[in-house]
Amino acid sequence: MLNKYPLWKNLLIMAVLGIGLLYASPNLYRPDPAVQISGDSSGMEITAVQMNKLSAALDAQGIEHFGAEPGEDGRSGLVRLTHSDDQLRAQKVIQRALGDGYVVALNLASNTPKWLSDLGAEAMKLGLDLSGGVHFLLEVDTDSAIATRLEHYTTGIKKALREDRIRGLINLSEEGAIRGKFRTEEARDKALALIRKEYRELTAQRVDSKGEDAVFYMEAILSEAKRKEIEDYAVSQNLTTLRNRVNELGVSEPLVQRQGRNRIVVELPGIQDTAEAKRILGKTANLEFRLEARYDADASDREQFQFRNPGRGEPSAWLERDVVITGERVANAQASFDENGMPQVSITLDSEGGTMMHRVTRHNINRRLGVLFIERKSRTSYSTDEAGQEQVTRIPYDEKKIISLATIRDALGVQFRITGLDAPGEAAELALLLRAGALAAPIDFVEERTVGPSLGAENIEKGLLSVQIGLGLVAVFMVIYYRVFGVVSVIALAFNIVVMVGCMSLLGATLTLPGIAGIVLTVGMAVDANVLIFSRIREEIAAGQSPQQAINTGYGRAFVTIMDANITTLIVAVILYAVGTGPVRGFAVTLSLGIITSMFTAIMGTRAVVNLIYGGRRVTKLAI
Amino acid sequence: MSEERIIIRFMAARKVASLLSAALVIASIVLLGVKGLNFGLDFTGGTLIEVIYEESVPLQEVRNSLAEEGFENAIVVNFGSDTDVLVRLPQGMSPELGDQVLSVLEAGSPGGVELRRIEFVGPQVGEELREQGGLAVLLALIVVLIYVAMRFQLKFAFGAVAALGHDVIITLGVFSLVGWDFDLTVLAAVLAVIGYSLNDSIVVADRIRENLRGMRGHTPLEIIDISLTDTLGRTLVTSGTTLLVLIALALVGGEMIHSFALALLVGIAVGTYSSIYVVASLLVAMKISQEDLVVPEKEGAEVDELP
Repeated sequence: MLNKYPLWKNLLIMAVLGIGLLYASPNLYRPDPAVQISGDSSGMEITAVQMNKLSAALDAQGIEHFGAEPGEDGRSGLVRLTHSDDQLRAQKVIQRALGDGYVVALNLASNTPKWLSDLGAEAMKLGLDLSGGVHFLLEVDTDSAIATRLEHYTTGIKKALREDRIRGLINLSEEGAIRGKFRTEEARDKALALIRKEYRELTAQRVDSKGEDAVFYMEAILSEAKRKEIEDYAVSQNLTTLRNRVNELGVSEPLVQRQGRNRIVVELPGIQDTAEAKRILGKTANLEFRLEARYDADASDREQFQFRNPGRGEPSAWLERDVVITGERVANAQASFDENGMPQVSITLDSEGGTMMHRVTRHNINRRLGVLFIERKSRTSYSTDEAGQEQVTRIPYDEKKIISLATIRDALGVQFRITGLDAPGEAAELALLLRAGALAAPIDFVEERTVGPSLGAENIEKGLLSVQIGLGLVAVFMVIYYRVFGVVSVIALAFNIVVMVGCMSLLGATLTLPGIAGIVLTVGMAVDANVLIFSRIREEIAAGQSPQQAINTGYGRAFVTIMDANITTLIVAVILYAVGTGPVRGFAVTLSLGIITSMFTAIMGTRAVVNLIYGGRRVTKLAI
Repeated sequence: MSEERIIIRFMAARKVASLLSAALVIASIVLLGVKGLNFGLDFTGGTLIEVIYEESVPLQEVRNSLAEEGFENAIVVNFGSDTDVLVRLPQGMSPELGDQVLSVLEAGSPGGVELRRIEFVGPQVGEELREQGGLAVLLALIVVLIYVAMRFQLKFAFGAVAALGHDVIITLGVFSLVGWDFDLTVLAAVLAVIGYSLNDSIVVADRIRENLRGMRGHTPLEIIDISLTDTLGRTLVTSGTTLLVLIALALVGGEMIHSFALALLVGIAVGTYSSIYVVASLLVAMKISQEDLVVPEKEGAEVDELP
């Protein structure tokens, strides 16, 4: 029969609407402003003891709060506040009440009912322009990482040749090739053999001497793959370091992500003190290699340090005060396996570091060499100045902990290994710490966007208001212009927004201000499909068709046009997404989602309602 | 089809319209060449700080206090309201600058200031964004050309792309003329204009194609007039609803998406005009006729996919 939808189509529409509503609904529950606390180190537990303490501190300051309880994992706790204005003050009060050793971060506590979150339904994440926060784009100077590495090789090769009494001139060309010039062919070939043996990552080959007499050339270059490896390595090393530091900042839900070839995005929602954030992100950890102190060493020559990961017998060890080398000399550290398949960490030093290491270790075989990991931390102290104002001072200090203490089996040089590790995981962690402590390729801040919380809140408010006004205006217009059909299209439009929001929540998309603009624009454009259909129906009626036929041909004929028009717009939206970054992407996501959902709601959705109203009965006149 | 319906003779005015379009495009290009766009921070690089004072302060005072600290080249303006102050520094500065300026502003105000936002864009990022933006516009135009040529016919594709180019250039021209800030969100708006204007052009082209195939005994010129008349109602209603929401966005959406809304307003107004005149006039100029569309069996296949 004409204009009757089969049951499955109606059910499909109901299902989409139902799922849309279900997944969009968490957005109705406004989250509570909250403060989250967690331990400084991973082993620390947060229990009711701490929560009671901070609750009492908040009470004393008259900050209204509720629901202070430790989290399920026992590692963090959350306290909800009645007023969001209190957040910063509460953070300070809690930090003071608990003292150092705790990370106190601003957070938003979800109010989504449990049955909804069990279904995976969560509210949309808000972009920094809506929630307030800091966005940094950092660039890793990979060129300098490669240049430093090449210099290490050049000095290393020079030294190796000198030691083997191979006479020749070695230098680093501008293009990044290590060139060698020799008097005899024998010297050149010896040098080649040496480089091939000691520096496998270099591709060394003879170079034609072009008719010159008694001069023999060779050239060693980094392969493209190796180059890329160094770049990747520099970036991932910085990523790891940045992640550690961001955790130290105590921000809930931070984002540290690689972007493109050599960039890293850091997003910190809700952070206020950008100067502090930049200081912490930009600082460097360090390493010190020191010999273990002899038992009979003088007290003034030795120092006691804790192990970073205690658990294997000794909690601490005595090391000499003299430093063999520092982290700057470490070029690389990688976890691997030795000949017997045991986990090990291979360390590469630069040539100067190699020399120093060799000088010290050759006389100290069978003693133990310790590696200290040094992190800059800060202690907070509170005082009251003459004006009665509370002053908060942060005193930075270095925390030094032993990450490795291994026996020297042989004189160490540019490359050596730490063996005797229990598990591959241990090797990986040690390598990571060594790399984090070594000076990574320098990073620069290339972009920063900070949005204050008040601007964020205002952006949400204004964005929502414009969606409401836009929707209202379009609804009034459509109802006046198309009457019953207008009402149908407005229902579809509301349905469209619900499905869009549901999809975005389900996909875990982030809502940004341009994203809201995309929703507003979709509201304006989504009615286009209905306008096309309705004007077709009017035309068909004018051409003398019966109402039922007019509906059917109207929908049918408009369909092809709608598809063509929307697919081209979708193409543009996809390009926008592919080429754009940040704000442009947010817009592209909502725009493309809006196009897809609006096609469904404006064609199938309205058809179902129209069928319900007019389908399967005699109709003499359409209210269109 | 009823014979007595009104047909608006759009094409009678096509020469005037073409001249107008050509004049507007040339004027826009000249403006872009001479005056250029007022590129925002995203593209030039630099530092921007927005703060709110408790009560309004004379901008000259803010400028003076900044100049004392060595920021002579700071541009200080009000943003939205007279307590809202925006400070912009040119490129080549370091990322720490934002915090330094903030502390200067804080020192100069007894009640302190509330930070709204800091934006720092390094020069290389600005340059990349500029390149990417240009690339995106170009890429969009090419892909659209290919798609329309495949789905319709090459003459339609040229018409549609010319209309897009027309809309983009005139929108940029208006931005140059008025001196509105051109930032990333405006670029997104320009790309959205491409999508929207295309939508319009396709609806018109679709009807022209349908009528060229289905109606006999009319000249192509008449068929275009009939098609434009057929779609006029839809074109105006859709543009109308979109303009309605954009006006809402421009008025209440806040300062941060103001230029975005303005770009779309201009673009869609121009796009509505171009979908009527630019596409159709070009089709006439390229002598579109029934013979250009002799693959009717393809149409049959698509009609099957009725909803």
